Amino acid sequence: MASIKEQFEIPGKLKTWAYALIGIGGVALLYGMFTQGFSTDEHEQVHFWGTLMYNTIFWTLVTNAAMFFLCFSTMAQAAWMQSFRRIAEAISTLVPVFGSITFAVLIYVVVSEKHHIYHWLDAAAVAKDPILKGKAGFLNPTFFIIWTTLAITLWSYFGYRMRQISREADENPMDAETAKSFNIRSMTRSGFFLVWFGLTVASTIPWLWLMSIDAHWYSTMYSWYTFASSFVAGMALIALWVIYAKNKGYLELTNAEHLHDIAKFMFAFSIFWTYLWFSQYMLIWYANIPEETVYFKHRVQGAYKPIFFLNLVVNFLAPLIILMKRSAKRNFTLVAFMAVLILFGHWIDFYQMVMGSLMKDHVTLGWLDFGILGFFVGVLILMVARSLASKPLIAKNHPFLKESIIHQV
Amino acid sequence: MAQKKFVVGCFDDEKVLFPAVKQVRTAGYKIKDVYTPFPVHGLDHALGMRETSLHTAGFIYGITGTTTAISCISWIFTKDWPLNIGGKPHFALPAWIPIIFELTVLFAAVGMVMTFMWLCQMAPGVKKHHFHKRATDDLFVMVIECTEKTNAEDLKALLAANGAVETDIQIAEDGWWFGTYDNENENLYKQVTN
Repeated sequence: MASIKEQFEIPGKLKTWAYALIGIGGVALLYGMFTQGFSTDEHEQVHFWGTLMYNTIFWTLVTNAAMFFLCFSTMAQAAWMQSFRRIAEAISTLVPVFGSITFAVLIYVVVSEKHHIYHWLDAAAVAKDPILKGKAGFLNPTFFIIWTTLAITLWSYFGYRMRQISREADENPMDAETAKSFNIRSMTRSGFFLVWFGLTVASTIPWLWLMSIDAHWYSTMYSWYTFASSFVAGMALIALWVIYAKNKGYLELTNAEHLHDIAKFMFAFSIFWTYLWFSQYMLIWYANIPEETVYFKHRVQGAYKPIFFLNLVVNFLAPLIILMKRSAKRNFTLVAFMAVLILFGHWIDFYQMVMGSLMKDHVTLGWLDFGILGFFVGVLILMVARSLASKPLIAKNHPFLKESIIHQV
Repeated sequence: MAQKKFVVGCFDDEKVLFPAVKQVRTAGYKIKDVYTPFPVHGLDHALGMRETSLHTAGFIYGITGTTTAISCISWIFTKDWPLNIGGKPHFALPAWIPIIFELTVLFAAVGMVMTFMWLCQMAPGVKKHHFHKRATDDLFVMVIECTEKTNAEDLKALLAANGAVETDIQIAEDGWWFGTYDNENENLYKQVTN
């Protein structure tokens, strides 16, 4: 393995792009914040904070999905992803960064009682409202703040522990005993993350952060839907970075076989997302109860109709048709294209989940959305590249690495 | 029922098998099949077999299922026997999707299983000649069909030189038959050992 390039060097062009995006996005973000976020008009406030919220929540969950991918693979003792695990690790280092932004935004929204975003923050309205009163044990500022703090801190911490143990594979070749205990310790650490992930991303966090925007409405599919959306986007992000690194001449041990499996995840979880999308939609459509259909009314029949169906086309039809063939999943150009499309599609999905409830009457997609998106993408590019450059690209003494090298689909 | 002559070489290791497959093919012989106790990665490539078309067949079966479901349900509910169900439109697509999905899966699954059985000539009661019983246990059994030009002894020597632990020449039934092994074995093939 002498010819393996272990050290990622950040290409100058990538840095330029990242700084440009951060610059332009940052200007848009700050301009939006001072003209709208702190404006006296509630409509403008909701527009700005809502836009920032769905962006930061989306990117936090997407980067966290990379760690989730590593953890469940570790738990299943999967070997195929070892050749590019450092890519997923690098993406997951963004969880504390985006997590802090999410934390700051959400805490600001809750503490400054922006009840046009979270209706349950309005104490006077809750007191008169039997439904909100019934939910008050869960939907209250104290619990929101505690649970949000815990969630973000523990994702970051358990993720950090996973990345730390992965570094042990850089040092010395392991004998059978060391490898065995390394494996067991990795599995234990991933177990902590997975349990916490199940208690947060797969259940409570989407209820608190997103579903509670429609304080009266609920759907039992909502958290899984959010999880599926962020996970498939996370896999697309991993695919994109793998292809980029491969394109720059790194990751010699990763080939079309690995790409095939990543693309299978993108394909399968696009279908899974649709399954949840449909389950949520069909039951509510069929029962036709006003307090449930309120969520879909303005999405299916109002201003959000184009976005709502675009969402389905981009996130279901496109992956279904384009990624179905084996040869498509092994084609680097096509998978890169689909990864961008899926990331964009699920960003739009988060857009309609949040803004569809906050700005019911008109679609607000505009410079602010794309500016903030640019800022987050810029930060993502820069930080992931830095994280990749800070440690070897291959965990060269990982006990499962050989299995990954000879991986064949 | 055609009896044919086969040269059989048995290998006890994948690592020996792969170079042997390559050698036998370079020498110009056409390998009929290699019987293995478990699926061996890359063996189909080594044998020069083309990619299976089973998935294309599966896609066609699936599409057939989708079309059948959509046309059937829409005809029943809009033309043949329109019913008012909870005030829903007669053409109630969301309510049909589960059934459309299920029929797609059913057609694809059943169709693919049947096609697979057909391609592999497997069905209840269908018997085929076993070239070596240990092919289901721990031996990789390579079978080459002899033509009139084949020198079976040369081929046996080639197999042995490439690491076959056991080689023999068999005259055996090429296709499949209904029945049992015990009664018909003697009629259908006789093993030539030397």
